[in-house]
Amino acid sequence: MSALLEIRDVVVRFRVRGGVFSSAGSVDAVSGVSLDVEEGKTYGIVGESGSGKTTLARAVAGLHHASEGSILYRGQELRGLVEGAFRPLRREIVMMFQDPIGSLSPRLSVKSLITEPFRIQGMRERDLDAEARRLLAMVGLPPEFAARYPYQISGGQARRVGVARALALSPRLLIADEPTAGLDVSIQGEMLNLLARLQDELGLAIMIITHNLNVVRHITDRVGIMYLGKLVEEGETEAVFAAPQHPYTLALLAANPEPDPDAQLMRVELQGEPPSILRRPKGCEFHTRCPFAQPRCATEVPRWQAAKGGAHRCHFPAGWDTAAAAS
Amino acid sequence: MAVLDIRGLSVGYSTPRGELRALRDVSMMVPEGKIVGIVGESGCGKSTLISAIIRLMAPNARVGAGEVRFQGRDLLAETEAQMRALRGTQISMVFQDPMQTHNPVLTVGRQMMDIQYRERLSRAEKRQRAERMLALVGIPDPEARLNQYPFEFSGGMRQRIAIAMALMAKPALLIADEPTTALDATLEVEIIKRLRELQDEIGCGVLFISHHLGVIAELCDEVVVMYAGEVVETGSVRDVFHAPAHPYTRALLECDPGHIKVKTRVLPTIPGNIPDLVNLPGGCIFADRCERRHAACAARPAMALAGDGQRAACHLITERETA
Ligand SMILES: Nc1ncnc2c1ncn2[C@@H]1O[C@H](COP(=O)(O)OP(=O)(O)OP(=O)(O)O)[C@@H](O)[C@H]1O
Ligand SMILES: Nc1ncnc2c1ncn2[C@@H]1O[C@H](COP(=O)(O)OP(=O)(O)OP(=O)(O)O)[C@@H](O)[C@H]1O
Ligand code: SF4
Ligand code: SF4
Ligand SMILES: [Mg+2]
Ligand SMILES: [Mg+2]
Repeated sequence: MSALLEIRDVVVRFRVRGGVFSSAGSVDAVSGVSLDVEEGKTYGIVGESGSGKTTLARAVAGLHHASEGSILYRGQELRGLVEGAFRPLRREIVMMFQDPIGSLSPRLSVKSLITEPFRIQGMRERDLDAEARRLLAMVGLPPEFAARYPYQISGGQARRVGVARALALSPRLLIADEPTAGLDVSIQGEMLNLLARLQDELGLAIMIITHNLNVVRHITDRVGIMYLGKLVEEGETEAVFAAPQHPYTLALLAANPEPDPDAQLMRVELQGEPPSILRRPKGCEFHTRCPFAQPRCATEVPRWQAAKGGAHRCHFPAGWDTAAAAS
Repeated sequence: MAVLDIRGLSVGYSTPRGELRALRDVSMMVPEGKIVGIVGESGCGKSTLISAIIRLMAPNARVGAGEVRFQGRDLLAETEAQMRALRGTQISMVFQDPMQTHNPVLTVGRQMMDIQYRERLSRAEKRQRAERMLALVGIPDPEARLNQYPFEFSGGMRQRIAIAMALMAKPALLIADEPTTALDATLEVEIIKRLRELQDEIGCGVLFISHHLGVIAELCDEVVVMYAGEVVETGSVRDVFHAPAHPYTRALLECDPGHIKVKTRVLPTIPGNIPDLVNLPGGCIFADRCERRHAACAARPAMALAGDGQRAACHLITERETA
């Protein structure tokens, strides 16, 4: 059976100008990503800030043009669809944005915001007041919020309005960019439990982007780790957390701040500065920062290779011991 | 001495249903050179508190009572001109939504040069300083990046730029409202380290709001726990996280998925909702969700000493002593 969403070798290219950019002309913010999201499952995308996660998500939601590759949704090619052809799909594929307040139009009331999807889809027969009450209750906000405007609610409340709006049309694929940033842990739990329930009831597939590793660990089935526009590792969440293969994954998981001021943290320090997507390092693109880099890493591009329950891109997976053995 | 000393602050919003009492009798302190974290339920009044401190409040907001002392002077009594002179120089802000900080139609370089208008530096020097700050918060190609507009940066980059801009002023007080939500864990740790270093160097006080209890544990010296517009517990991070005295703090810590080591599909939550801030219930504000509620809770508990420097507003503390 093929997956609900199949992303293959997707490249998203931006034109840039000015300074040293003028010589480049364009940058590949997403540089060849492939992954599958299955019906009823949750796929987590984590990775460095600026590594192309939001850009990838927007490309899937039809908000950025993918320059290369293929994005298949239930077998249908999304890449290159004009807006008119994409519109009916917006009932099924819904995106929740990273900026909670910024992504809500300040001139619309909460009621208009959460019922806007019905209007856009021309579903005039709906009783919008009833829908607004239903959606607010679903995300744990009292009915009087319908009359408020985005600047009259808190950051976390705006995030919940975003969740209500995204779920208004009962989508099949939810692309959620940092859906719980700005929520306290109790309401974060409520939102994630709500998504899990919808998943069980409706078979909702979720592609979730988050920096919160505690969230990833509990709610995702698979996880992909991005660095500089590419996946460096992907696999079953439990396998990746139990035995990360790529050194970047290792460093990322070890960095997760613990809610205990006396925690003994085993951190893996990254060296140097984050590299520029204008001047991608040769060989392994992580070698300028990798604590386990060997001479070979600076010249030879590591292949994408299968490992237990997943795959990664490293000459010396699980770093410390294999790199030591090679030197 | 405290850089910031808030006493008995109450703030309300006027709404069609009546006054929404967002903050009630809030007292807290940021000692010089210390980092104080604020945690609490979404909507408990953290952003309202910050907007009252810097006096950039919504048009329907009103301060009912209280004092906000910054280096000894009451900010609520200052003129608007005096406040303008303080903001961005002595008191710097990183807002919850980075798009609020950045002007969408100006390049990031232009904005970073503009905020240095008080410095006696040449254009080239200001630009260099802006480049250095961008590099310091881990943004590659800072020189070229200065020519780009905010929308051309990722969410986490915009947050880092906001942090860089806030620190450029070398403030006496830095207020940061969830400044690291869009940063990956490695970068978050890196930024926390830089924040600590800079804070040490400048010697400023920091008021740091975050829902990420791990970040609070790692960065802050002290923590203030708020619930539905009231301060319910304060103390050193170690005391409060190891031995929470207020039932809300305990429930909050128990909900943190960071504590749960075995994979679970249903995450813990605190049953119930925060009370309606327009029609406040009497008595303890947490009573309708509290597992330990008892007869005494029909009266509002005062803050009481729960341990060395740790205080909480719960009847259980005083009852323990008298028992
Ligand atoms: N519209 C745009 N024009 C030019 N460059 C862009 C644009 N949008 C994003 N970029 C660049 O593409 C890269 C990837 O950005 P993206 O927002 O996808 O990162 P991200 O992984 O979501 O990061 P974060 O975790 O910080 O949100 C960054 O270098 C960013 O500056
Ligand atoms: N302009 C306004 N008019 C009416 N009510 C408001 C206004 N601004 C905020 N509120 C309400 O006041 C309460 C406190 O809001 P505030 O933004 O201070 O919360 P917060 O603690 O920052 O929450 P979060 O963690 O979600 O950002 C909330 O219930 C909110 O809905
Ligand atoms: S290939 Fe080499 S440099 Fe790259 S991640 Fe593996 S060990 Fe590190
Ligand atoms: S005062 Fe009573 S209701 Fe309030 S937190 Fe303490 S035990 Fe619970
Ligand atoms: Mg992003
Ligand atoms: Mg807030």
